[in-house]
Amino acid sequence: MAVETLPRSLSAAAAGRRSAAQQARAENRTLTRLTIGPSPWVRAAALGALVVMAVLWLLPLAWGAVTSFKHEAEAALPASWWPAQGWTLDAYRQVLGNSELLGWMWNSLVVAVLVTALTVLISAMAAFAFSQTVFKGRGLLQFLTVASIMMPGQILIVPLFKQMQAMGLVDTFAGIVLPQVVAPVMVFILKRFFDAIPGELLDAARIDGAGTWRLFWTIVLPLSKSILVAVAIFVFIGAWNNFLWPFIVTTDPQFMTLPVGLSTVKNAYGVQYAQNMASAMIAALPLLVVFMLFQRRIVQGVATTGMGGQ
Amino acid sequence: MTASSTSLSAPVARPSRRGAGSRTGTTARAASTSLRARDRSGYLFVAPFAVATGLFLVWPTIYGLWMSFTDQSLTATASSFIGFDNYAEAFSDPQVWTTLWHTVWFTILSTVPLIVVALVMALLVHTGLPGQWVWRMSFFAPYLLTSAVVSSLASWLFQPEIGLLDVWLAKLGLGPVGWLTDENVAMFSIAFVTVWWTVGFNFLLYLAALQGIPQQQYEAATIDGAGGWRRLFSITLPQLKTITGVIVVLQLLASLKVFDQIYLLTAGGPNGSTRPILEYVYDMGFTNYRLGYASAISYVFFALILVFTLVRLLPTKKEA
Repeated sequence: MAVETLPRSLSAAAAGRRSAAQQARAENRTLTRLTIGPSPWVRAAALGALVVMAVLWLLPLAWGAVTSFKHEAEAALPASWWPAQGWTLDAYRQVLGNSELLGWMWNSLVVAVLVTALTVLISAMAAFAFSQTVFKGRGLLQFLTVASIMMPGQILIVPLFKQMQAMGLVDTFAGIVLPQVVAPVMVFILKRFFDAIPGELLDAARIDGAGTWRLFWTIVLPLSKSILVAVAIFVFIGAWNNFLWPFIVTTDPQFMTLPVGLSTVKNAYGVQYAQNMASAMIAALPLLVVFMLFQRRIVQGVATTGMGGQ
Repeated sequence: MTASSTSLSAPVARPSRRGAGSRTGTTARAASTSLRARDRSGYLFVAPFAVATGLFLVWPTIYGLWMSFTDQSLTATASSFIGFDNYAEAFSDPQVWTTLWHTVWFTILSTVPLIVVALVMALLVHTGLPGQWVWRMSFFAPYLLTSAVVSSLASWLFQPEIGLLDVWLAKLGLGPVGWLTDENVAMFSIAFVTVWWTVGFNFLLYLAALQGIPQQQYEAATIDGAGGWRRLFSITLPQLKTITGVIVVLQLLASLKVFDQIYLLTAGGPNGSTRPILEYVYDMGFTNYRLGYASAISYVFFALILVFTLVRLLPTKKEA
């Protein structure tokens, strides 16, 4: 429901035949007229401010990118934007050839996909149970779920590590993934969405003899695609970038995720600035590309789930 | 949306709970509720989440609390109960208070710009000026980076003498600054990096809120002759009050949990001047092997966060 609060999607649907891009442009013009008015000076000032801020925000990334294409010897000289000795892929060759970077990237992908799939599945199932079924203790469980939102996971690193040791899960994917799939906030967000599904719809299916699993799988989930995608995007970004828990629970480089692995080579490379930046660029690339491809979806996903259902 | 969805489900849910126990036959009136009531599989659906929460959230919470009353060590398996000794030590340990202050100081330094800059960005983008895609991309892109990448980029910018910032300062005739090595500067540098890194998230929350303001209000105000500034202060900003309250709380809670960027940029230095309390917990537990004491510090910190959260929740209850 909350996803549709962005008015653009609603009015875009009503627009009929005009192309989405044209429609968006027309709406942006309306918005400009309504917010800052017609004065060309005000518009120029706002545009100028946007350009300055965007340049400032992209600067560190651009600087890192330029450095990564320099020869190592030149990278350590005082800053120049244009490499005098020419551009080179040396740093990338070194990093991809020598380090475990690609392995860590693969680990991160496995971990993030597993965390996302498991979190979305068990959160959606629990949200469905809270929203559309009746069972003893439901109220109590629901209360506990909301209460556990307040528990910051970072507090638990010490006992959780000891527990993982006892369970033999240190330096395993299970040890990295499982503690991350508990996301009471997501249950809460999904429940609020499922609450809006009309009970008659589900009852009709029940009368037709559909089992609860069928209801969940063929009615509830397809109706909730937008919110599920939003939750999945949010969980994926968090899991891909998570540092603290994987850092605590892995000591074997073979099981390190990208953030953890990168933090260990920083010292090993010493003053190899070009290589440092090359590995940073490689690590940054996947999510940046995904973001460029699915910008609108991700913006909506983060905006809807980011509030934590408030 | 909240109001409508709860009113939809509440009247259905309440009678059905009673119906589940007493009525076994299908009565015509409660056909739909008893259909739901006879559905006994709710347990199964909630089970995976409940088991995971029990194992990885509830149990470690209890286990950690128990551990905080013992002299548990990382290396030994045996430990003995020592009562409140760890807590007594924590309250008289100056490092606990120092690192707690660092965490609070970081929270103060980062929260204000993280709100204000995000708001300015959102207001500027919401003007609908050309380049929407580029603006959103630029402001949000850093949020997609992992802390290790952020700290690589930042320590390269902050590099003494050859880093971009020092080179630029040198061109202005200003001396090198110990961005991460000067005790008086390091925390500011870290807060600065954090604003760059995570402001995009708050920006998106503000942008979504702005897009939810009905355009008719602006139309009406324009017809009434309200200028751009007038519309900003009379329509836009008042409508952002609620969301600002939420963002402030989310941001405070996020900033209080700071660890990654400080650990990776300065490792708590120089001279421990930036070490946050979570790093002290980590150091105590995993470097000094004193798990019991580390747990006790965690719980002191947790108690403070909890008090803060509850205090914040009370007034909202009254409003609603």
